[in-house]
Amino acid sequence: MNFEECAAKPLLKEEGIAIPRGKMATSIEYVSKVAAELGPCVVKAQVPSGKRGKAGGIKLAKTPQEAEAAASDILGMQISGYKVEKLLIEEQKDIEREFYLAIINDTETRSPSLLFSTLGGMDIEAAAMQDPKQVHRMPINISTGLDTSGIINILQQSNLGDEKADIADISLKLYSLYRRYDAELLEINPLVLTKSNEIIALDCKFSMDDSAIQRHPELAVNGCLEKVTKIEAEAKTQGLKYIELDGSVGVLANGAGLTMTTMDVVKFYGGKPANFMEIGGEAYTKGKPALELVLANTKVKSLVINFCGAFARCDVMAEGIITAWEEIHPTLPVFFSVHGTGDEEARKMLKQRLGISPYDTMDQACEAAVKAAQKAEEGGKIDSS
Amino acid sequence: MIVREHERVMIQGITGKQGTFWTERMQRYGTNIVGGIVPKKGGHNHLGVPVFDNAFHAMTEVPFDVAGLFVPPYFAKVGAIDAIEAGVKKLVILTEHIPVHDVMEIIAAGEANETQIVGPNTTGVATPGECFVGFMPAFNKNIMTAGNVGIISRSGSLGTLISLNITQAGLGQSAFIGIGGDPVIGTTTLAALKCLDEDDRTKAVFILGEIGGTMEELAAEYASTMKKPVVAFIAGGAAPKGKKMGHAGAIVSGNKGTYVSKRRALMEAGVHVIDTPSDAGSAMLDALNAT
Repeated sequence: MNFEECAAKPLLKEEGIAIPRGKMATSIEYVSKVAAELGPCVVKAQVPSGKRGKAGGIKLAKTPQEAEAAASDILGMQISGYKVEKLLIEEQKDIEREFYLAIINDTETRSPSLLFSTLGGMDIEAAAMQDPKQVHRMPINISTGLDTSGIINILQQSNLGDEKADIADISLKLYSLYRRYDAELLEINPLVLTKSNEIIALDCKFSMDDSAIQRHPELAVNGCLEKVTKIEAEAKTQGLKYIELDGSVGVLANGAGLTMTTMDVVKFYGGKPANFMEIGGEAYTKGKPALELVLANTKVKSLVINFCGAFARCDVMAEGIITAWEEIHPTLPVFFSVHGTGDEEARKMLKQRLGISPYDTMDQACEAAVKAAQKAEEGGKIDSS
Repeated sequence: MIVREHERVMIQGITGKQGTFWTERMQRYGTNIVGGIVPKKGGHNHLGVPVFDNAFHAMTEVPFDVAGLFVPPYFAKVGAIDAIEAGVKKLVILTEHIPVHDVMEIIAAGEANETQIVGPNTTGVATPGECFVGFMPAFNKNIMTAGNVGIISRSGSLGTLISLNITQAGLGQSAFIGIGGDPVIGTTTLAALKCLDEDDRTKAVFILGEIGGTMEELAAEYASTMKKPVVAFIAGGAAPKGKKMGHAGAIVSGNKGTYVSKRRALMEAGVHVIDTPSDAGSAMLDALNAT
């Protein structure tokens, strides 16, 4: 779960890390009022995504009039698919130096890692790509926690002055927040040293581990819900994993890995998957609602159904699909690949009740589905048998 | 991690729905289940084996080599660390949705006590013809049969398909290591690859990787030093890109972690990377015939 800057910064403040004075605004009039209070300010789009600065969603303003102009530019803007509906207005700071500080779940070291760089700001990724040594990466032993000597050691290599002690202190505080709230990522970029020798967090990115959300219900209400389409929302209420995509070949399979791979094979044969829909695990009896949801997407021109039964039996999964098919009589062409536990029974049922013989391999089924979708898109008439 | 039929297996969460369902199947297949652990349910018998309150007690009464963990996500850390501290040598964590910080704590405890960990969020491990710990359909002979191909998989359903393709090609599996689909896991692709490289019964290895993380790239370097042939498939080439927060992910993974970079790293290491899983059987036959 991602948190916008305005939801993440209060956590820093709570832990004693300084942040600029500021207020939230959703109207241009209020932006002007806040700007009059703050003096020279920064107008910042609030969306749960990075690259706001590069997208033009962050602007400096010296006067309330400039702030109004910035706000009218930014409000309503689309950034990474999110419409900007609220702004954070903050006082400007005189920046002496910019740093980058983050604690992440490091999948390589399988531990938390602290990242620190003296090249804070928007271009940190490019700088790190050019010269990875510019970013210090320190794995943290989660059993013993972050130790001060490790941080000091990194900071000593970084050509810093008296601010070392403050940055070490902020690192400890950030780590403690990271642990307390099951963060995947807590990032301050930039952490700045001001001309008046103050160390202050100008931005904060916070992602909470989705598996830990139930541990932090009071905080999770401030997080951003994932944007879902109508069909995705319906699938969720039915306990089905469904993702809507742009293509024309509907995909229905069991298990996340097999479903993802069915999409890959559709792409391999030149097609575009219309969705991800899996009915594995506990959902393997839900063939009927799964089929209805896949067909609810009007972009779907053909369908590939790929089962590889293990514990989830092919005949049980096929039964759901066949029953739904008999009920709703879809007119689009469908192609099956059925293997593993219960496959013989499933093949027999498909032949008897739908008059369809599954293909020998998922490749053949996917290729046929791609061809059928292409033909339908060209406007030709399709015969599914 | 490879589990053999003589090894004594303890099931944590044996009385739960999943624990009961899969323990019965493991027993039927030949897994040497010696007992179960469920807090506050010690002293009873379940499925013909004794149940204990905690791993220390269990270890004293019925020593065991392997623990299979089926407990709910928020209780998994306590159960896992209990087993690790009781001295278990191999721990298979089947549970999905364990918070990542908990997983990192489990892994740190495992490293400190020399416990091998597979998972979490895995389909488990299987040695066809002998035993399995977890959910793998070793009981279906059309899918898994004793042979000489070791399989490393992040996915259960796709692992099943690859096993089936390899069986249909007239081959079989020496061991299936389901390393699990979570971002932080106990046995990495590299660790599983080393394990299969050292296993006498394994003559070739199939790596079933996925987009995300850098595990396949880290394993590629080792693969280039192996005498045994390695075939691989990377899933997720058509998956939509996730939106990312912050810069840390990109900074840490650099140019690694994509579908293309994983395939390239494996190919450069001399691994035969196939385009679709349907080629698994024939590619494996070719690889074995070439040695």
